[in-house]
Amino acid sequence: MSSTPSSVNQSAGIGHEPTAAAQEPVLSVRHLRVEFPTRHGTLVALDDVSFDIAPGEVLGVVGESGAGKSMTGNAVIRLLELPGRIAAGEVHLSGKRIDDLPEEQFVPLRGRHIGMIFQDPLTSLNPLFSIGDQLVETIRAHLPMSEREAREEALRLLREVGIPAPESRLDSYPHQFSGGMRQRVVIALALAARPEFIIADEPTTALDVSVQAQILALLKRLCADHGTAVMLVTHDMGVIAETADRVAVMYAGRLIEIGPVDEVVRNPQHPYTKGLMASIPGIARRLERLYQIEGAMPRLAAIPPGCAFNPRCPHAQQRCRDERPDLMPAGGSRAACWLHDPVDPLPPRLDLEGQEVSHVR
Amino acid sequence: MCADTAVKPASPAAQGEILLEAQDLARYFDVSKPWLNRVIERSERLTLRAVDGVGFSIRRGETLSLVGESGCGKSTVARLVVGLYGLTRGRLTFDGEDISDLASRTGRQAAGVRKRFQMIFQDPYASLNPLWRVGTIIGEPLRFFRPEMSSTDRRRRVGELLEQVGMSAMDANRYPHEFSGGQRQRISIARALANEPEFMICDEPTSALDVSVQAQILNLMRDLQDEYGLTYLFISHDMAVVKHMSDRIAVMYLGRIAEIAPAEQLFEHPHHPYSKMLLAAVPSLEGVGKERSVIQGEVPNPVHPPSGCAFHPRCPHANARCQAEVPRLIARSDGSEVACHGVEEGRLP
Amino acid sequence: MSQDVQTRNDTAPVVPPKPSKWRTFLDSDIVYSWKRQPVVILATLVTLVMFAAALFAPWIAPQNPFDPRQLELIDAFAPPMTTSDFTGNFYLLGSDSQGRDVFSAILYGSRISLLVGFAAVIFALVLGTALGLLAGFRGGWRDALIMRIADVQLTFPSILMALLIFGVIRGFLPRSMHAEVAIIVLIIAIGLSDWVQYARAVRGATMVEKSKEYVQAARVIGLPARKILFQHILPNVLRPVLVIGTIGLALAIIAEATLSFLGVGMPATQPSLGTLIRVGQDYMFSGEWWILLFPGMALLLLALSVNLLGDWLRDVLNPKLR
Repeated sequence: MSSTPSSVNQSAGIGHEPTAAAQEPVLSVRHLRVEFPTRHGTLVALDDVSFDIAPGEVLGVVGESGAGKSMTGNAVIRLLELPGRIAAGEVHLSGKRIDDLPEEQFVPLRGRHIGMIFQDPLTSLNPLFSIGDQLVETIRAHLPMSEREAREEALRLLREVGIPAPESRLDSYPHQFSGGMRQRVVIALALAARPEFIIADEPTTALDVSVQAQILALLKRLCADHGTAVMLVTHDMGVIAETADRVAVMYAGRLIEIGPVDEVVRNPQHPYTKGLMASIPGIARRLERLYQIEGAMPRLAAIPPGCAFNPRCPHAQQRCRDERPDLMPAGGSRAACWLHDPVDPLPPRLDLEGQEVSHVR
Repeated sequence: MCADTAVKPASPAAQGEILLEAQDLARYFDVSKPWLNRVIERSERLTLRAVDGVGFSIRRGETLSLVGESGCGKSTVARLVVGLYGLTRGRLTFDGEDISDLASRTGRQAAGVRKRFQMIFQDPYASLNPLWRVGTIIGEPLRFFRPEMSSTDRRRRVGELLEQVGMSAMDANRYPHEFSGGQRQRISIARALANEPEFMICDEPTSALDVSVQAQILNLMRDLQDEYGLTYLFISHDMAVVKHMSDRIAVMYLGRIAEIAPAEQLFEHPHHPYSKMLLAAVPSLEGVGKERSVIQGEVPNPVHPPSGCAFHPRCPHANARCQAEVPRLIARSDGSEVACHGVEEGRLP
Repeated sequence: MSQDVQTRNDTAPVVPPKPSKWRTFLDSDIVYSWKRQPVVILATLVTLVMFAAALFAPWIAPQNPFDPRQLELIDAFAPPMTTSDFTGNFYLLGSDSQGRDVFSAILYGSRISLLVGFAAVIFALVLGTALGLLAGFRGGWRDALIMRIADVQLTFPSILMALLIFGVIRGFLPRSMHAEVAIIVLIIAIGLSDWVQYARAVRGATMVEKSKEYVQAARVIGLPARKILFQHILPNVLRPVLVIGTIGLALAIIAEATLSFLGVGMPATQPSLGTLIRVGQDYMFSGEWWILLFPGMALLLLALSVNLLGDWLRDVLNPKLR
């Protein structure tokens, strides 16, 4: 942390992050930039992304496809697909810088210090080994335990993630489990080495709603119990709303709003977040028309100068087209929008009734 | 912002004539292993009852949604209605004409009915022929149903259709891979509209799209319904989307309808324990920080469904009768129909 | 992820001025990949040169090796790069026991090898594609029947299969016709021994395409099966077939050479590369090495460069490898 004094200001200066401000963050990402050199030029997939996650905290990372949410996770665990590479920035895990570690020192971090849960449980499980063997192997690879102790520990883990009659399931193979049960096993595997940080990338997207609720509740409870920090990557705002403590909203490879979950959901500050929230049909309200953000997110090859959202933004003015806004305190969160410039805020456009204009036709 | 309204305004359709009627639809799939494997492994023939006794009717101009988790048979029902699958049992009537044998009718024989309905699919990346120009794709139904149309007229009509779905007539000369998922779904809709159908079957039309794009497509579909008086059979797993789109909703579980009710009715007073569970499981923005009520269990393997009421192993109110006897849909005074012994006996509200 | 970056983001495409077809082609991934692989460039050049040499053989070759009147027996066994003292003919790659110019024989021989190769591949491709489409699209007993025949055939090495078919067809023909129809029999034999891989690839691709939603959309419209098959499915399954065809060409050329080498293919009066190698091996240890070496090298170069091209094409067109 000490190497980046400015970042301390950024995270500690915000009073409404009670957990983050009090303790040293488990994960700290500073000015992360990921580039994809292609033959048509360099694409900037992540641009100046900074955030912290405190122990026991769940940070939800949301965005639409191509916004860079999965890329953020993959950059942290160095699973970027080629030719992607980290071009600038720093990643610290428990105060130790990890983005500049040589590959052979980084690989052991995965599993031991960083747990991973992916969308498809079958990508994390080896179909040729029983889940008991896989758990025992993972546990023994990271913790000093005998075969028997590791088997006891595996049983305990399976019981903890809610597998009924774990004694009889230890020798079963992944294909003998249902989708929800498989994801439970994956969570057990991710927790096996008691990592301080877990990345969950769309962990419930492949599951039915009823099972989704079970898995999210489990993930949240276990991480709170163990004090594990979680980065929950998903496109589903509903999942974020009920699971995350804080939310980071991404757009075109940039972090455009970050704050406590109820602030961002109930009182979004960035015009994109506002539009996104309003475009989600809810079951408690019924609208004649859904709020609709015109257009679509720009391709990485064609990100406009200034604020990336300016061509779709109802409030955009010349400054938005020229200068890129940084995250600025806005309401209860921080948003990258000139409407919230502390020195010279841009006036929002108002309609005839004095309401902020929106896109609804 | 747009004003909240209580309900989708009661369209004249609510009391309109019945356009599509499905009675006791069933479709079984043979999922056995090949003959040789069965002989060697001495395994039985396996039958998947994807849809087993589903009945509903749709009035002209209304939207009926089928909702349920994976494996409940909702997509199979859609494919039965358009004749992609043949019926194992049951009867389908479209505007008074019996179309139960639609799947086996070929070519011109079926054109009279087929040109009156169209389907929109889930995957915008698979629903357009990648080698065809957009104009050719949208013009396909026209070339088939109206061979007499001149190519100039057809090109003009394709341009109109593209503009109707919010694209440019110039896009007709481009290929599908040049468009985003949302735009491809608009092209799909334009193709479906080409022949001015009355009835659209929409199979998860937005589940592959991002939320902001989903809003654009759902709004477009509502606009088109208002403009042309379209009737929709809407398939989705997303309760919130279904609520936004539907007049009536049928909740399906393992090949059967558990409850069918007007949209508002279902969301305010669900009767079937499964409907209640589904509603409780919807993640909602309003419930920030609150945990959803967690329901135990998962959908069983539909090849070996539970006896009696298929929901009984997960149902907190199940008794001996639920294990033994398949419940039938019974109409209630509030306009809903529920297939639950508990509700029928008055044990449940 | 890179897919996420490039294709999945929901974006209004920017409309650039439409580049010409040729410019689009030059800018494509295929040309890009081609330009970056010297081996592939070399293979392309070799292939083109050999195709051109074979095609224009009558204009390039100093003599027609199939015409006995043009052969000078007195020039037999002339070593490479010699001018005959008797006839004044120049033998670039030497001459054989009949006084046949090896260079001309190679040009005419590769003509036959390529003709047989192309024709056999087209025959196998058409047959395999038709059966694969039928099996994949209709399924049921047709599928089972076709694929079981394919399985049985696969248990025989294809050269054995070709030998068998060759023998059977010749058995039905009078001996006097053997030399005349040798080339057609050869094409049928190699083609029949090779259809299985096309049928398998097409059947698999057909089953994938058949279940895609654009085909279902066509079925909802009520398009007859024939139209769905030929307008929608066939064009979309052709890509893997063409790749197999390129690699298959190299294999067919080798198969022809093998048959001719074994003496069951082209007769010595109309030598293909394989026949030339068979004839040449008699002289391998008697000092006239060129009669064997040059046809052998020609076959090697041809088969190798076509194969390299096929491999490259398969890699560049396979979306999974990207």
